[in-house]
Amino acid sequence: MAAMAPGGASSSEIYKGNAPRLLLPTWVVIGVFLLVPVALMAIYSFLTKEFRGGVIWEFTLAAYDQFFLDRGLFGDEPPSIEWTYITIFWRSIWQAGLATVLCLLIGFPTAWFIATRDARMRTVWLLVVTVPYWVNLLIRTVSMKFLIRDEGPLNAFLLWTGVIDQPLGLINTNLAVQLGLFYSYLPFMVLPIYAAVERYDFALSEAAADLYADRWTILRLVILPVVKPGLVAGCILVFVPSLGAFLAPDLLGGAKSFMIGSLIEEQFKGAAGNWPFGAAAAMILMTIVMIVLLVYARSQTREAAA
Amino acid sequence: MRQLDLRRFPGFFAVTMLCVVVLYAPLMVVAVYSFNASSSITLWGGFSLDWYADVFTGPEAPKFRVAAMNSLIIAVLAGCGATIIATAAAVAMHRAGRFRGKTASFALINLPLMVPEVVTAVASLIFFTAIGFSGGVGTILLAHLTFCIPFAYLPIAARMQSIPDAYEQAAMDLYATPWEAFRLVLLPLMMPGIFSGFLLAFIISLDDFLITNFVKGAGVETLPTAIFGAVKQGIKPNIMAISTLMLGVSVVFVTLSWLIGRSGQRDKA
Repeated sequence: MAAMAPGGASSSEIYKGNAPRLLLPTWVVIGVFLLVPVALMAIYSFLTKEFRGGVIWEFTLAAYDQFFLDRGLFGDEPPSIEWTYITIFWRSIWQAGLATVLCLLIGFPTAWFIATRDARMRTVWLLVVTVPYWVNLLIRTVSMKFLIRDEGPLNAFLLWTGVIDQPLGLINTNLAVQLGLFYSYLPFMVLPIYAAVERYDFALSEAAADLYADRWTILRLVILPVVKPGLVAGCILVFVPSLGAFLAPDLLGGAKSFMIGSLIEEQFKGAAGNWPFGAAAAMILMTIVMIVLLVYARSQTREAAA
Repeated sequence: MRQLDLRRFPGFFAVTMLCVVVLYAPLMVVAVYSFNASSSITLWGGFSLDWYADVFTGPEAPKFRVAAMNSLIIAVLAGCGATIIATAAAVAMHRAGRFRGKTASFALINLPLMVPEVVTAVASLIFFTAIGFSGGVGTILLAHLTFCIPFAYLPIAARMQSIPDAYEQAAMDLYATPWEAFRLVLLPLMMPGIFSGFLLAFIISLDDFLITNFVKGAGVETLPTAIFGAVKQGIKPNIMAISTLMLGVSVVFVTLSWLIGRSGQRDKA
């Protein structure tokens, strides 16, 4: 997504006619091991569940029916809306949205601060922010769990300083999941905003200051609109993975902070699973993400045209 | 009137420090506690390297050693494969002019980045089950190869964007074949991008938990799935020692790719 479409100055035709041969491996690998599987998953979401896990090849809408409609314990009552799964999706959207806003609030000032250092300090600060991105996500999430446990160092420290007189009870709450998501994807927010701020032309700020705009007016009316593409890219990069996140809700959350990722995972574990239902939930998740990405792509083209 | 410093906003430095604390506090705490002499993960019992010894020689050592080997083999193979595929793709996208299916190819290369990870995981599991592949190192490798391609492609394509084709044109004017122009001129120029592409793909493969967990099958573990399994029983000090070791490996890799990126930039100047 962050990549630029090829073209421009470096485009040349030395290997003209070789494109099919050069791109064949890409098409074979991604085609066979991603496109075909996703298509197969779409088909599976319309099949009948097999009780030992797996499917029977009989077409049915049962999986989507189970997702959206409640027909009572024996399936003979008039259908009403089933809220269980919609609630889980809604919670995921909400958590991912909140994580995005938090990352934006922390990420923008950080990116701005880094981008306005001199060249040498800038690389150092960038390295400081990127190192955690390279650290295994599982290990980061486990570290967060260790830190905020009831018996963990955070509570021990706060108890010792006397700020609290009993542990915060953070673990297994929505707040813990939120903290985990925020912590997991914060670098994704900082980097694209940094790239946008680095290209920002300070003559614009000076012009605004000459016209008696104060600092915060300049920020609101000049800087933010100019670096907006970076802000939007950062939001997408945080929101999309947060929505389908598995590790943060699974390790830091409890039963009341269940998210889409765990719901889907559960359908494929052991005999209690339901493959068509899991496939249907995955289809719905993918649809939401594709809509977000399409809206983003359209706004990009509109801006490019303007 | 006092000159307004337009680069400075009050409070931004504080937020940056908060950002750094949030990013590092959990990792630092785990790193410190991995040197704890006490077997309790709560109380501090003095400095020791016992848990590191436990990682390599303790009762769980063989399990983690096998998992680490699996992770390493998969990451090297998936990283190399993805890098070769991405290099060919980058040459096509930047040196083959306009051709039919260029936009579609670009979308396809980036597809693994756009499909949510859990969806890829589900789709891969369904696919491998449907064609009768039982889970193991092979299925993990194929899945990793697929999602590593865009990560290898990004730095390679970025590098190619800054290489004008004048050098290859010159080589071909001097009767180099297109293959020689690629091998002797373009490839060396692309090398910093190719190397960062490999490093990125390697780290991404090593990092993956979710997709691996779906396609690995029973009894086969990579380091992340083995750690996840152990953490489900509670965080033990040996997990903290492994985590700290992996943290160290990551830091070495970032520094390495940073140095390479810097040398690449110096070439350009």
